[in-house]
Amino acid sequence: MRGWPVTTFSRRELLITTIAGLLDGCGHVAVGAASPVPAAGALLARELGGGRPRVSLLGGLRDNPFTDGSRELFDCAAQGRVDAFFLGGAQIDGEGNVNLLGLGPYPALTRRFAGCFGAPFMATVVQRLILFREDHDPRCLVERVDFVTAAGGRPCHLLTGMALFRFDAGRFVLESLHPGASLDELRSRTGFAFAVTEPCTTTSLPSPGTLALLRGPVRAALAEVYPRAAATLGPS
Amino acid sequence: MSGAQRGTARAAPTVAAATLAQRIPDGALLALAPDYSGCALAVVRELIRRPARGLRLLGVPQLGLQADLLIGAGCVAEVETAALSLGEHGLAPAFLRAATAGTIVIRDSTCPAIHAGLTAAERGVPFLPLCGVLGSDLVRWRKDWRVIDDPFPPGRPILLVPALRPDVALFHVERIDAAGNAWVGVRRELMTMAHAARTTLVSAEAASAENLLADATLAAGTLPGLYVTATAVVPHGAAPTGCGKLYPRDDAVYARYAERAATAGGFARFLDAWLAGDDVLAA
Repeated sequence: MRGWPVTTFSRRELLITTIAGLLDGCGHVAVGAASPVPAAGALLARELGGGRPRVSLLGGLRDNPFTDGSRELFDCAAQGRVDAFFLGGAQIDGEGNVNLLGLGPYPALTRRFAGCFGAPFMATVVQRLILFREDHDPRCLVERVDFVTAAGGRPCHLLTGMALFRFDAGRFVLESLHPGASLDELRSRTGFAFAVTEPCTTTSLPSPGTLALLRGPVRAALAEVYPRAAATLGPS
Repeated sequence: MSGAQRGTARAAPTVAAATLAQRIPDGALLALAPDYSGCALAVVRELIRRPARGLRLLGVPQLGLQADLLIGAGCVAEVETAALSLGEHGLAPAFLRAATAGTIVIRDSTCPAIHAGLTAAERGVPFLPLCGVLGSDLVRWRKDWRVIDDPFPPGRPILLVPALRPDVALFHVERIDAAGNAWVGVRRELMTMAHAARTTLVSAEAASAENLLADATLAAGTLPGLYVTATAVVPHGAAPTGCGKLYPRDDAVYARYAERAATAGGFARFLDAWLAGDDVLAA
């Protein structure tokens, strides 16, 4: 991102710290495959909480508790045993709908991705849903998704590399801007309308103690599943 | 892993793998595991050599390299899955080409719907209700799914998915025994697949001299031979996907495949080398 100030932490570390904050009070956080930043956020929340929340990382060994095959996560979530879950999205729209499947009119998609995975289900059964995209791209943050993989319209958070939003009463509301971003820039890079409450706040920065946890035990636990992402933790 | 090592486990296992492949008829509804579970790649190679035609793949609940190879080789008519990709190595190139060309029918699904369909089949019931999912466009497009009002109070809408009964379940495990028992450990989606399928074919790294059900520690993670139609010992039979703690996914092969298969010509060269047992890294 242009204008990102030289600091002693990276943007990725700010996002991880913000995720950990969103998980405050959770008992069990599950993280799907190919989600290194949410995984780090969940592991950081566990360190900050002295072992709580419990963290289940799909694709992990030590932090993957499931013994009943790949259906167990879903059975567990259906009963309300998963308090928080993360979804990415090729498109996320102003109603909180998520599209993982492809672009263009279904079924003759102009561009297809991997598929819907468990998103249609997890988005509807998990208490605290966090939508996450590391970049903040107007082509992804659209007015209306081409295909509703997971239905929106319910409370959730949306965290991008530029800002944190919460979905409330049918629309996204800006909760905080990350340092280095302006509200004008955010508006120009977001394809859907969102509400702003004055004054516009800046996302809380990680404290030295939090950064120490992140670069110590969190990095070590993350490395088991995401060695490459773990290696990137540190000041930019 | 070196090319030489890859070559050593070739001749005899090919025959064993072919004994399983010949039990998979053209047009079969074939349940396959995701790349992180147990994939019988050596048997898939024999299917492509045949070549099998008109297969209908069912991802339990998603698919990876083996499905992309089968699709690229023209063995597949339909795919039902929650996702199909090469994981960290990106999207599945042959699948995307076939989707664009319209040469395969794609039945997009979601993980728990596939698990529920298989669970219905293993219980011998025609369908299972599934919570959530409502509001997804999948529900609009899946004409074989139904939304009803829960007959029990408070009567909210609920999704029903029909039983999924594969003709064949095919997977690879670390160990089998003479009774056809197969140790799957915590990869219990393999057990669900076998319970639901009419025919289950299992390739394995090794045969255990002891009955796997005799040891209570192993028995809990063992699929009983009751559900298993045929087995074959095929050392390194999951490669280049991984096999439990015995060997990891071969990332060099995945990377090579992702790079090569980006074009139809590159896919063909990779496939030729793989079928010939040559070093695919040189393809």
